[in-house]
Amino acid sequence: MIAAGIDIGGKVAKAVIVEDGKVLGKAWNLTGINKAEAAERVYNEALRKAGLQRKDVERVVATGSGAKRVTFAQGTIADAAAAARGINRLYPNVRTVIDVGAEEGRAIKVSPEGRVLDFAINEKCAAGTGTFVEAMARALEVPIEEIGKLSLSSTQTIAMNAQCAVFGESEVVSLIHTKTPKPDIARAVHDAIAGRIGSVARIVGLEKDIALVGGVAKNIGFADSLKKDLKLDVLIPDEPEFVGALGTAAAAAAGVLEEEVRAKVLEKEKYAEGK
Amino acid sequence: MAETKYQTAGLKVWRKAKEIREKYYKDYAGAHDGRALRWGGGAWSFDAVPQALEGEIYPLTEEPYGASIGANPVFQVRCQEAAEGKGYARDLCAYMRGYWGSIIRDQYAFGGKWPKPDFIFQNHICCSHAKWLQVASELEGGIPYFCFDVGAGPYNKIGERQINYVVEQLYDGIEFLEKTTGRKIVDEKLIQNVYNTYISNSLWSKSCELNQNIPAPLDEKSMYSLYVLGTLQKSSKEVADFYKELYEETKERVANKIAAVGNEQCRIIGDSQPPWAFLRVLRYMEKYGVVSLGSLYTFSLIGWWRIDGKGNLVPYKTLEEQGIKIKDRDHALRLLTEGELKGKLMWAPFYGASLKNELVTKIASQWKIDAAMIHVNRGCEGTAQHQMEMKLALAKAGFPVMTYEGNMADEREFDEARTLRLMDLFLTETMGLKKLEW
Repeated sequence: MIAAGIDIGGKVAKAVIVEDGKVLGKAWNLTGINKAEAAERVYNEALRKAGLQRKDVERVVATGSGAKRVTFAQGTIADAAAAARGINRLYPNVRTVIDVGAEEGRAIKVSPEGRVLDFAINEKCAAGTGTFVEAMARALEVPIEEIGKLSLSSTQTIAMNAQCAVFGESEVVSLIHTKTPKPDIARAVHDAIAGRIGSVARIVGLEKDIALVGGVAKNIGFADSLKKDLKLDVLIPDEPEFVGALGTAAAAAAGVLEEEVRAKVLEKEKYAEGK
Repeated sequence: MAETKYQTAGLKVWRKAKEIREKYYKDYAGAHDGRALRWGGGAWSFDAVPQALEGEIYPLTEEPYGASIGANPVFQVRCQEAAEGKGYARDLCAYMRGYWGSIIRDQYAFGGKWPKPDFIFQNHICCSHAKWLQVASELEGGIPYFCFDVGAGPYNKIGERQINYVVEQLYDGIEFLEKTTGRKIVDEKLIQNVYNTYISNSLWSKSCELNQNIPAPLDEKSMYSLYVLGTLQKSSKEVADFYKELYEETKERVANKIAAVGNEQCRIIGDSQPPWAFLRVLRYMEKYGVVSLGSLYTFSLIGWWRIDGKGNLVPYKTLEEQGIKIKDRDHALRLLTEGELKGKLMWAPFYGASLKNELVTKIASQWKIDAAMIHVNRGCEGTAQHQMEMKLALAKAGFPVMTYEGNMADEREFDEARTLRLMDLFLTETMGLKKLEW
């Protein structure tokens, strides 16, 4: 059976198509304002790469903040559930997954079967998300793709005092004005976000193996800061941004769908009426 | 409609609860028409005292008024912004900001202009309450104001010294009330008010205790409309009689296995005030067969309890049940103070996380919960304190816990869509439930 997972994140939409556990095609694009259109675009792109058409895909499940806008999905699962299933497919020994995206950072305790046992989410604060890194990269006038590498060449530790993304930007500007080297500022930014994410992770408890996924996992500077904050090593899959979509596709393939529940309820109602 | 596991039925007392509440706010606004006085003050405790003044006194207790503002998402934001426009910080108590905003806008949440109280008689529940009505008095150009301290210690450390501490202040308060209003405290009224206070608190607790049954006869969303009467005027005969009626009906529901949630399959407790403008999230979880049984907050904001010899939470007894006959004013004040300080367990969290944890884990066990779903309420530091400690304590006791952030009366800090997604996640993944209704 061919199944697809669509992950509509706050910034990036991802799609993964699988058959019997093998990835046939995947794609990503910027979500933009219209999440429904983003879903269509990314799904079409993944289909194209897989050499498939829509009729070839038996089930589609969506996740992410825009999941309900994926009109062609037969069901949805929660982001944390998607991340748990996704990492379980890649690293079955992972028991704690840290998922940092553009607008949310979360820590998830995962069962050996890939189910969510516990979770903690950085709900209201941009300072624990990819948006924070982007804002700081803009303030530093450094491309987002380079800020991670830049931070690794830091030679001194500077503490960022601001707990808030808004004040953090102001603090970065002040540091620039005091001629603090950019690598050191970049390091401070990553240490700050790692501190926040580390705190969230400690709420669920750090049980090995630990994995880091989501778009921000590609930032080698953040990954380094997080390992130092946790004082533990973390596994980072190739293409960590696709873990959620992969998990969603796995859920679709396994038949975890609201549709099935809905069908059961309808069946029950029909039976009750027939009495 | 699909069959449910248990039969359900609406509460017979529901309409009466609504009518009592509506009349309360109307009476307060129209008090001066009938030469009655308006009292502004505390919802938590000691309303028996100002209500013992001669003549008619109509109260407006601050917290439920703040919650009423909070239940209206448009009005609450206008009030919040009015308070912030005056320079009050956004991280202050959401009820307090809403209340101040109502004064600043000269707009009553129940229609018409803001009805100014004639006097304020308040107690220091928390650091916000200590300033709340003082600021309100200033905003209104100076209203006679009396405030007394009730921070005497947790329920298990209340002795004669602590009771004396509060009673002495109550005597000062009586002097203030008589001087300010030109009216006398009537001892017969005071005594009856204290009897009623015990009845209201005891019978609310007894009704909550019945939620230990399976299926639970009451759900927390409905309970909010029932406990509120105690926060308005627990010393009144009308409210005491209401709780008697509620208790009888709840017992009947238990006897007939009438459930609050027809498909009850998962029992949870919460914590702190809910997001008042979004109570539908409690109805949403019912689609999974989840019944929210209550919380330390819901059970003991109004509701007195004690720990029995076996270490269980049991309802406080009424004075009649204790065989106590109130002799005079001093006896009335002492009994009132003792009940409030020993019986109202909601004071306990103010004295430390371990106290809150102990009480909440007792509730979890006695009410046979399956999990906890906690509103991390940014609007109230008092009720939301120690929530992360509580989460750890419950998890250690073997109960899955989820948290969702929000604010009881500032809708700008509540993300409903995200909260529902978190609930879906917790209920499907962690609790292994499936939706039973759509």
